[in-house]
Order: sequence, then C-alpha cells, then structure tokens
Amino acid sequence: MLGFQLLNGLTFAALLFVVASGFTLVFGLLRIVNLAHGALYLLGGYVAYEVGGRSGSFAAGVVAAMVAVALAGLALDRGLLRFVKGQDLRQVLLTVGVGLVLNDLFLVIWGGDAFTVPTPEALQGAAVVMGVFYPKYRLFVLLAGVAIFVLLWLVMNRTRYGALIRAGVDDAEMLSATGVDQGRLFVITFMLGSALAGLGGAMGGAFLSLYPGADAEILVFSLAVVIIGGRGSLEGAAIGALLIGLLNTFGQVWFPELSYFVVFGPMALLLAFRPYGLFGRAA
Amino acid sequence: MLSVRGLHAGYGEAQVLHGVSLEITRGAVHALLGRNGMGKSTLVRAMMGLSTPRITAGDVMLGETRLNGMAPHRIARAGVALVPQGRRLFASLTVGEHLTILKPASARHGWTVARVFEAFPRLAQRKSHRGNQLSGGERQMLAVGRALMADPSFILMDEPSEGLAPVMVQALEGVVALLRDEGLGVLLVEQNLYSALAVADRVSVLEGGQIVHSAPIAESPAETLTRFLGVH
Repeated sequence: MLGFQLLNGLTFAALLFVVASGFTLVFGLLRIVNLAHGALYLLGGYVAYEVGGRSGSFAAGVVAAMVAVALAGLALDRGLLRFVKGQDLRQVLLTVGVGLVLNDLFLVIWGGDAFTVPTPEALQGAAVVMGVFYPKYRLFVLLAGVAIFVLLWLVMNRTRYGALIRAGVDDAEMLSATGVDQGRLFVITFMLGSALAGLGGAMGGAFLSLYPGADAEILVFSLAVVIIGGRGSLEGAAIGALLIGLLNTFGQVWFPELSYFVVFGPMALLLAFRPYGLFGRAA
Repeated sequence: MLSVRGLHAGYGEAQVLHGVSLEITRGAVHALLGRNGMGKSTLVRAMMGLSTPRITAGDVMLGETRLNGMAPHRIARAGVALVPQGRRLFASLTVGEHLTILKPASARHGWTVARVFEAFPRLAQRKSHRGNQLSGGERQMLAVGRALMADPSFILMDEPSEGLAPVMVQALEGVVALLRDEGLGVLLVEQNLYSALAVADRVSVLEGGQIVHSAPIAESPAETLTRFLGVH
C-alpha cells in the first residue's frame, strides 16, 4: 500500500513539475505571475483529447497540444500582456481575466463532462513495480517528467539561451544594458512556458481527466511548487513538485480532513524561514 | 565623442539633474566626482537609457546619434558600455558565461573572450566559477570584461573602486589606463578623489545635480576639488 501511494505521489509530482516549470520560467524571467497558466494546461488537455482521439495517435495529440498552447501563449503575450508591461497588478488581473474567459469558452465547446485523453495501447494496463501492480501510463508520466527535467536542465545550463534566461532572472535591467535584446527572449520564453503547460495538460488529461475547474486545481498546486522552489529556479520547481506531490498524496491518505493543510502548512512554514523559496533570490 | 547636453532628469516629481553637460572623448578619461546623492548614478543611468530616471530635457549624443529614447540594448550596441555601481554580476552565471552571453560583436575594436582573458589573467583561471565565488577585485574585472564584450567605444564606470582593497584600487587604475590606451573614452564616476586623479585627463564635479567644476586635470588641483567634496 505504501509503495502504491509513493508511486502516486511521484507521478503526480512529475506532472506538477512539467506544469510548474513553465510557470516558474515565465515568472522568473518576465516577472509575470500568469494565473491563466491553469487554463493553458486545460486547453492543452482538450486539444490533446481532440487531436489524439481523431488521429488515434497519442504522440500527435501531445505535439498538437504543445503547439496550440504555445501559440495561445504568443497571442496572450503579444496581444494583451504587452500593453501592461511592467505593471505587476494589471498583468496579474489580466491573466485572471483571460483564465476566466478561456474557462467559459471551454464550457461552451466541451460542456461540463469529464474527458480523458486516450492513451496508446502500449501504455494501457498495469506493470509490477516495487511489488505492486501499477498503471503503466502513470509510470510513463513519471519517466517523462524526469526526462523533461533533464532536457530543461541541459537547455538552461548548457546553452546560450539558458544562460540568457538565467541572467535575465538574476538582473533583467543589467542584461539589457549589456546589449541583449530582451524582447525576443521574452516572447520565446513565454511560448516555451505555455508549451510546457500544454504538455502538462496532455499528460495529465490522460489520468486526472479534464473538466471545468481542473485548471484551478493544477494552478494552485503549481503556485505552491513555485513559491516553495523559488522564482525562476528549475531545480526549485523539481524539489517543490516532489514535496507537494508527496505531501498531497500522503496527506489525502493519512489525514483526509486536513489534506489542504498538509500541503500548504509546510509551505507557510518554509516561507517563514526562506521568504524567497528554497532556490530563490531577492530580485 | 559622447556628449551630454543640458540634461534634466529625475524620478517622478523629484528632479535630480538640472542641466548637466559634459563631453567624453575617445582615448581619454573624464572623471566625474561628487558626494553621495549629488546625481552621479542618476546621470549614468540616464546615459545608459535605463527605465528610471526619466529624462525631461536635454540630450545624450553619440556622435550625431541621439541616444535618449533608445532602449538600453540599442545604446549598448551603438557603442556605450556600462560597469554599474555594485558590479551587478549575474549570480547564476559563470565567468565564462558572462563573457559569451552576447553573440560575438562585429569586432570593431576586436575585443574577444581571449583578449579579455589576456588583459585579466585571473579571470581565465576562474572561467567556470560563478560570480559569487570571486574576490572583490575579480568581480570588478569581470564587470569590466562583460562590458568590453559589446565592443564599446565608450565605457561608463560607476564607482568602480567602491569596496575594493587599496591594492585592488591601484590595479583598477591600471585597467582604466589600459582602456584609455586602447582608445576607449572612459567616464569614471568616483567618490575616491585620489584614485580618480591618478588616471583622469579631465575632471568634473557634480553637486546638487549641476556641474560646478569642469577642467583639465592640470587646472584641477586637489585642494580645489576637496573644497567641493568636503573632507577627504
């Protein structure tokens, strides 16, 4: 039973990491708290459901979700957010509004029923891991989460683009004074962050199911992950996701009445000692 | 020639600079002295096009090009580099990454990573260290190296000697002289009078947001300057 819950926690953490890594990239570099990130996640899920269902290919659904949500992010950034550049409160309110509008749109298009992204046959059924029967698909999510962490880590730490993002997170003004045009960097990063939300939607939509309100749940957990890990930190997002994923799973099993407290209590405690999160730095 | 003409600038309602004019020529060091709060950093920030302060009148000209109103990265690409107060290195970048974050410039004067390492051998030894693992002097060298990678014609140095040990201040004077000999125009903003006098060709004093003294070094005896700067 313990092994089963542990795997549940780890797989949920893997999904949280994928979604939260996109959130923390955008928050870290552009200083935008994108509260439409949950809606972008749900959009990715619905796109994966439609494309995956019609084409019969899970991979096509995943790719379509990433591309569609990256384009939605581009539209959000260029079409709306650029008019409130540098105004934190307006940015946040704008993204809240966009999230609400997207949600109503989803309700019009897909109604209130829950959908599940169809998975390929190879990932259906269960496998025996650590002595327990466990759904193959959730194991795949765990592996995919680890692979995406490694990939993102390499991009952040081994490429010039990654160095630019890290420098921008550290000191955006100085990066600009060094001669770097941040406009393009910001747009690319916003699209990458959105694509990660879309990828999360496609991955999560196959085991958590898609329904109105699913965006708010994932958004709240992502926020907690980023707050714990520290703004703009990939490693922080990974550790934050592990913490939240495991606390949430075991909290629900052991203290079902207190499950939210089990997640957010430790977060509040951590912030008392590390106000910028585990890996965060003051701006 | 990099020139500031009748510059008025400030933060919101608070005007800090009241008609500042000065000129920086290639191959020369122009020292700008002044006590704290006299507007030195405001002037540097305004010249670099940073989002604050706001320029309300006057111009910053690079040759015939008007720099005010341009984004900082365009000003940097036009040939003006900044070594900011407090260094402001990127905490999560290594020494090497600081120097390669820009795509190699079109090499007007040929500053490359190799040449920066040649000028600052200590940095070469610490290529894969992060900024926060460097000594104060090494940090300052890296801040200068980073600025040079944009291949500037002019370099604005805001209190580079601040927080450095005396021996490092001397080394820094050597660096400023090197930059001048390489043909750069240097604006050296300092509180440290004697460090500035050691390398300056021209000295200006900023007080209350206005230039109250500006003359070649020969006509700027230390006694005159200390009068402006208070006790030193």
